[in-house]
Amino acid sequence: MKHLPSERHTLSILVDNEAGVLARIVGLFSARGYNIESLTVADVSVDHEVSRITVVTSGPPPVIDQIMAQLDRLVPVHRVIDLTEYGPHVEREMALVKVAGTGDKRVEALRLADIFRARPVDTSTASFVFEVSGSSEKVNQFIALMREVGLVEVARTGVVAIARGAEAV
Amino acid sequence: MGTELTGAEITVQALTDLGVEVVFGYPGGAVLPIYDALFQQNRIRHILVRHEQAAVHAAEGYARASGKVGVVLVTSGPGATNAVTGITDALMDSIPLVVLTGQVPTHLIGTDAFQECDTVGITRHCSKHNYLVKETARLGPVLHEAFHIARSGRPGPVVIDIPKDVQILKARYEKPGTITHKTYKPQVKGDLASIEAAVDMLAAAERPVLYTGGGIINSGPVASQLLRELAKATGAPVTSTLMGLGCFPAEHPQFLGMLGMHGSYEANMAMNKCDLMVCLGARFDDRVTGRLDAFSPTSRKIHVDIDRSSFNKTVRVDLAIQGDVGSVMEDMLKVWRARGHRAADQAAWWDQIAGWRSRNSFGFEQKGEQLLPQKAIQRLYEMTKAKKPIITTEVGQHQMWAAQHFGFHEPNKWLTSGGLGTMGYGLPAAIGAQLAYPGALVIDIAGEASIQMNIQELGTAVQYRLPVKIFIINNEYMGMVRQWQELNHGSRYSESYSDSLPDFVKLAEAYGWKGIVIEGPDDLDAGIKAMLDHPGPVMVDCRVAKLANCFPMIPSGAAHTDMILSAADERGEADDDAKALV
Repeated sequence: MKHLPSERHTLSILVDNEAGVLARIVGLFSARGYNIESLTVADVSVDHEVSRITVVTSGPPPVIDQIMAQLDRLVPVHRVIDLTEYGPHVEREMALVKVAGTGDKRVEALRLADIFRARPVDTSTASFVFEVSGSSEKVNQFIALMREVGLVEVARTGVVAIARGAEAV
Repeated sequence: MGTELTGAEITVQALTDLGVEVVFGYPGGAVLPIYDALFQQNRIRHILVRHEQAAVHAAEGYARASGKVGVVLVTSGPGATNAVTGITDALMDSIPLVVLTGQVPTHLIGTDAFQECDTVGITRHCSKHNYLVKETARLGPVLHEAFHIARSGRPGPVVIDIPKDVQILKARYEKPGTITHKTYKPQVKGDLASIEAAVDMLAAAERPVLYTGGGIINSGPVASQLLRELAKATGAPVTSTLMGLGCFPAEHPQFLGMLGMHGSYEANMAMNKCDLMVCLGARFDDRVTGRLDAFSPTSRKIHVDIDRSSFNKTVRVDLAIQGDVGSVMEDMLKVWRARGHRAADQAAWWDQIAGWRSRNSFGFEQKGEQLLPQKAIQRLYEMTKAKKPIITTEVGQHQMWAAQHFGFHEPNKWLTSGGLGTMGYGLPAAIGAQLAYPGALVIDIAGEASIQMNIQELGTAVQYRLPVKIFIINNEYMGMVRQWQELNHGSRYSESYSDSLPDFVKLAEAYGWKGIVIEGPDDLDAGIKAMLDHPGPVMVDCRVAKLANCFPMIPSGAAHTDMILSAADERGEADDDAKALV
């Protein structure tokens, strides 16, 4: 069944906020040969007891089902939601993009940033750091454009995602 | 409940409250406070092994024979790393264990202190769950939770790493009531609509087969009883995995024997040709399925398992029912009876099965001077079956011959390392089983190579006066390795000869055991009798034909229908694809 076409899925995992839980999740992916395209984790509760881990993974549908089942049986995991399967949801990513240059290139960088609603969060006479957020695709595009106007380095958060609508999924 | 206890005292008190009677362990610097607390009480018995790996296997044997949680206590560093093989073995075979490991004091963690290792890091992926307890007050709740996790759902090993300062500091301890975990809630009851659908499929099947596994044994003795009722009601043939042997009586007319790589021809052919497969507490392991794309091509499949991740892992099933297999079978029987189902006419199916059975795939012919290993095990079975022995094994040819030729009629009598395939499992497991049932006949059917992997445990059996028997099928080869070299590597016996073997009789005697040699077919019965007559531990060196191979066999990567029935069908050299398989 591993020869079926691969699909990209965004999983949202609610876990106990305890030592080692991230290692359990990451180790499960590496031990069983599953892909991780991006991973984010942060405490999301008032009492600091629950963290949300967002994983973007890829694989044929039976492998995605296996990943869900394997995650679900880990003791500190509260819930696993396949947002791709669930349907309407929002995915966002943020990047900090450093660009160095002078003259026309500097002006062009600022103009492109404006089009992408990227905000300069650090400025020197020879450089900018832009904060850009949106879908991974938009972030990719912005970074690709910045390459032509003096890209120095990039830091990305990886994808965070949440279901649309009034309810908690 | 006002008084405070040290962490070590809490540990011992919690174990007592949890009903623990036996702990298998080995002391060391980082667990001395717990050993001191054990010294000052007499409710828990500590069994001192000779190597930490054996402590874990002994606890597995104890757990598998008794249905209770096995408990292990070892020190930090090498104590913990030596336990890893046993912990992994228990995970693969779903054996409930709680393993307590000492750890360097909290302020030294991460400094490469003496006998420090990252125990929770090392055991994270070979345990069902693990803990590093950093506060003494957490110790009691963690111990109770660990037992709950180890024995509920799909059972498995739980590791608790306890730094030495946590063992010394004091805190209050209270025995908790029923444990309800906030995230861990195994599903016991199966979905009723699915169970009804399963029953209807079973009632309509013309060629059903019940494919049963270790989950039935884990579910408890009632599940084995329910399986007998289900088999009776449906009239379906029953086969079992290696781990499930004993959940259905070996000599029952509906039993097809073990299935899989060294299973019977009729069991594997029935799996291949059935129209409905009902998998009860088994997991479509690669030893069972053979080549996946040729696995049971014409059947619809129902899978009952307590672990959702077992569904559709390698084989797609038509109906998956998550729940305890005993509970699900009970509901299946209720629905079956409520709907007034009767077993469908399976006469044609049983005729077909009779044809496969007539191949007598476990058959062998004992002639001449050389004792066949199959014969040795068959006689051992015949001469001991009235005593309902508990059999443990090591890993290799002798293990498969034991599975083929020893009959099991009840659950919890057959203890073997199935998933991990750990040589050295059998002797410590026999020690554990003997402690659970001091009056039982416990025999480790071993190979001359495997037995040397935990041979030091001969001392443990003597220390605790355990009348364990070891029956070594000695062919002077790592027989299964040699068999694969014959099948796949042109009979180039690379490092598979057991050279420089000890004199097993002298070795036994050096440890205070009785040693017996069986030289050939003529000594066999007398040797077995002498073993049974001796009240203490006995090691039998049973010399068998050196080059006998274990058949039938489905070679790796082959389909059930491509079974090798005898040496005449061997292929000699495999292609690279086949060589790459295990």
